[in-house]
Amino acid sequence: MKSTRPAPDLSKPRLTTSAMIASIASEGQRTRPAPFGHALVELARNRPDVIGMTADLGKYTDLHIFAKEFPERTYQMGMAEQLLFGAASGLAAEGFMPFTTTYAVFASRRAYDFIHQTIAEEDRNVKIACALPGLTSGYGPSHQAAEDLALMRAMPNMTVIDPCDAHEIAQVVPAMAAHEGPVYMRLLRGQVPVVLDEYDYKFELGKAKLLRDGKDVLMISSGLMTMRALEAATALADDRIDVAVLHVPTIKPLDAETIVREAGRSGRLVVVAENHTVIGGLGEAVAGLLMRSGVHAPFRQIGLPDEFLDAGALPTLHDRYGISLSEVVRQVKGWLK
Amino acid sequence: MDTATTRLANAPTLAQRAYNIRRNALRMGEVQGQGYIAQALDISDVLAVAYFHAMRYRPEDPTWEERDRFLLSNGHYAIALYAALIEAGIVPEAELETYGSDDSRLPMSGMAAYTPGMEMSGGSLGLGLSIAVGMGLGLKRKNSSSRVYTLFSDGELDEGSVWEAISSASHYKLDNLIGIVDVNNQQADGPSTQVMGFEPLVARLEAFGWFVQRVDGNDLDAVLAAFDAAKTHVEPKPRMIVADTLMGKGVPFLEQREKNHFIRVERHEWQLAIAALDTGRP
Repeated sequence: MKSTRPAPDLSKPRLTTSAMIASIASEGQRTRPAPFGHALVELARNRPDVIGMTADLGKYTDLHIFAKEFPERTYQMGMAEQLLFGAASGLAAEGFMPFTTTYAVFASRRAYDFIHQTIAEEDRNVKIACALPGLTSGYGPSHQAAEDLALMRAMPNMTVIDPCDAHEIAQVVPAMAAHEGPVYMRLLRGQVPVVLDEYDYKFELGKAKLLRDGKDVLMISSGLMTMRALEAATALADDRIDVAVLHVPTIKPLDAETIVREAGRSGRLVVVAENHTVIGGLGEAVAGLLMRSGVHAPFRQIGLPDEFLDAGALPTLHDRYGISLSEVVRQVKGWLK
Repeated sequence: MDTATTRLANAPTLAQRAYNIRRNALRMGEVQGQGYIAQALDISDVLAVAYFHAMRYRPEDPTWEERDRFLLSNGHYAIALYAALIEAGIVPEAELETYGSDDSRLPMSGMAAYTPGMEMSGGSLGLGLSIAVGMGLGLKRKNSSSRVYTLFSDGELDEGSVWEAISSASHYKLDNLIGIVDVNNQQADGPSTQVMGFEPLVARLEAFGWFVQRVDGNDLDAVLAAFDAAKTHVEPKPRMIVADTLMGKGVPFLEQREKNHFIRVERHEWQLAIAALDTGRP
């Protein structure tokens, strides 16, 4: 059913669409440039088997930083994502460790069969690093990877990581290399917020970390929503609402022990917040886990709706789809009434 | 032995190798009661030349680093490849009768995880050449003289990813890649010319920058010459052998059978097929 859209009210001030170079940092937020690219360069100095590959998105996935340093270790495969991942499999078969980049939408949709069959099923040591996770682009549904975590989670033998900030991304890169086997990570690019350094945070693959404790609400989050959750916890403290934040950067394998333990502490509303559709991502993973574990906490999800998302300015879209700071705060307060 | 070209005084001829491969495939077909046997029969000559003339490998060490790699992109031809691997001593003869059975190392669709000599998992078509590009790039990084042979079927020419790989191989001058496309003009929904025509195929591949040869895939001498030329060609281009083959080749009543993409062979017909093959035994 085609929906018609009336012409917009031209008298109202409008924000412009944030396209590919969007930064999700709020004003005044500390940032660091291209953490993925720089971390990969560091890793490659000690690991001669590391190579970089992309499908015509080197500049847009911060791989250009690696390419500049190691041009002879970088393969441009052209705008051909299925080839990209098949070739990554072949290079891994020959003993190399490809870090293979594109946008999350293209890896998880267009190239899914290739990743599934040539990388995951064959257990190739390929590290898939994808930009524009969830709603970090105002370009419209073609670039908004709202379901990539659900798709990658459902793939056997795939490790799935959704890091929060620059501090974490820098640690995820060597951790991915240390892990034997296929890994899918969402990456943030350009000027990436730095948040977790203030929490004395150290990334451990497969481990969830309680960044702050609180007795009223347990927010379980991943990726940039952990940054939002921490901001929300601060804001809600003003209303004497005490919020704990459990950061879950590894979506698969899930740190079941920590999640069940924290969610099992009675008296708290459990809210899972993710930059992803509410279908099949961290929220439903946690829900299933809690049900199977007999933990019956009050449970809510913050995430993108099961819709094709609008194009537009990111701040507008984050508000519209409930993942902005003000919307997170509003929803949590509403659930506590 | 490191090379298949080492000749002992009473080593089987290529024609005998091809016959043995066909016979192995028919015996496996009989075990399973069905299978892509018409394809196995049509490609046996190509496999004989590959495994008993062209390729370098060690039967007792299927992952020997200096081997030539062989990718079966058309995973449903596993019955054919197993037949060749058994003849080559890479897969034990005793496992032939386990084809397609529970817990077998010889499943109907090729699996790389547990089958000796199977270098990619098949089933989903059109993947092999992309993997070959990666292997080719990797081999060049290691200054290896090994080659990557990729067998795929004419139906796979429909898949866009195949042409991505064809472009990339040419772009990267992967002269260590030898592709063989089995043009038997049959795919699931009918003759390839009617499903999605790919002619003029040689011209298309040449335009994409490959060195191309087109041969009768069931003429052993022609196939052998093509493999030799593919190896020795001097231009920095990947090499393609377009092999025109006849489905069911070697068993006349199967050659003539209609709807032979996933051929229906009655239980008693397997022995008839073997008998028919035996009358032409070299």
